Amino acid sequence: MSELQRKLLMAMQEGLPIISRPYREIGDRIGMSEEETIRVLGDYLNQGLIKRLGVVVRHHELGFCDNAMVVWDVPDERVDEVGEWLGKQHGVTLVYRRPRRPPHWPYNLFCMIHGRSRGAVRERIDALTLTHTLAEIPHAVLFSRRRFKQRGARYVFVDAKGESAGA
Amino acid sequence: MPTSPAESFSPPAPTASGFDARVDGTAECAPALSALERRLLDEFQRDFPLVPAPFAEIGSRLGVSEAEVISALEDLETRGCISRVGPVFAPRRVGYSLLAAMSVPAARLDAVAALVNAYPEVNHNYEREHAYNLWFVVTGNDEQRVERTLGEIERRTGLKALRLPLERAYHIDLGFPLWP
Repeated sequence: MSELQRKLLMAMQEGLPIISRPYREIGDRIGMSEEETIRVLGDYLNQGLIKRLGVVVRHHELGFCDNAMVVWDVPDERVDEVGEWLGKQHGVTLVYRRPRRPPHWPYNLFCMIHGRSRGAVRERIDALTLTHTLAEIPHAVLFSRRRFKQRGARYVFVDAKGESAGA
Repeated sequence: MPTSPAESFSPPAPTASGFDARVDGTAECAPALSALERRLLDEFQRDFPLVPAPFAEIGSRLGVSEAEVISALEDLETRGCISRVGPVFAPRRVGYSLLAAMSVPAARLDAVAALVNAYPEVNHNYEREHAYNLWFVVTGNDEQRVERTLGEIERRTGLKALRLPLERAYHIDLGFPLWP
């Protein structure tokens, strides 16, 4: 990561200030012009470094009161196919492949399902498990009980000397 | 989604432990939203205007003033409906993040969750209904730094964590459809 990227990302990770000229303010913090800040953000979006720029909603506060992480133990040779399929299903977000950790954790495909009630989430999961694609695949449902923390990732940390740490 | 006046919104009650929220469906949590708020939430999760005065631009698209857009977004943030207006970084393209799971004895769960929460490197931390009952994400500039943080959490709690790094993402996050 370049020094410029690091500075801009650090200035952006708490979000844009909600003021008339937010890019000018972000630019001022890191010694870039407003125009340059806008151009670099556009570049990062085009390059996929930033997935999206906009309003980041909190599901729970908007009435999506319940969520479950559903994990699947998919045969290795099918995991990409099943993952791609699952990512296209309604109400399913954050479909990721992760390593199994035997003996206690056999699951290699993860997804999140949000709903307005536990019943709604459960219905959605039941419908998925009845599909041809997922019918034979062992799974576990991990409903959320308490949310201790949820916010945007902070990747760039500053140590006591004011320098970016861990470079 | 009810359409009663915005004043009727009441934020979720804090839990006895003072943590962020209960997410188990026991709390009433559907807020009343104005038409402007709904459009801001639904139409601006991506493709936020990259122009010098983005809130004025949004206002002109929605037929309201810049000041109304700014005040509506500030209000949504205060009420906790949005966490921010800003970028969502691509996983693994910027820094390193790691999903960790711990099996914490019930009697210690609040204390361990608070210890984990205190790390600025931790951005998500949930209790889930499973033998692995504490799930959190550790972020950092690189893998080594994240491992150092997680190792410290393990030492301080005396509990081992499952390390579940992202290997491949199948779903592209284009924002969350609120009213599909």
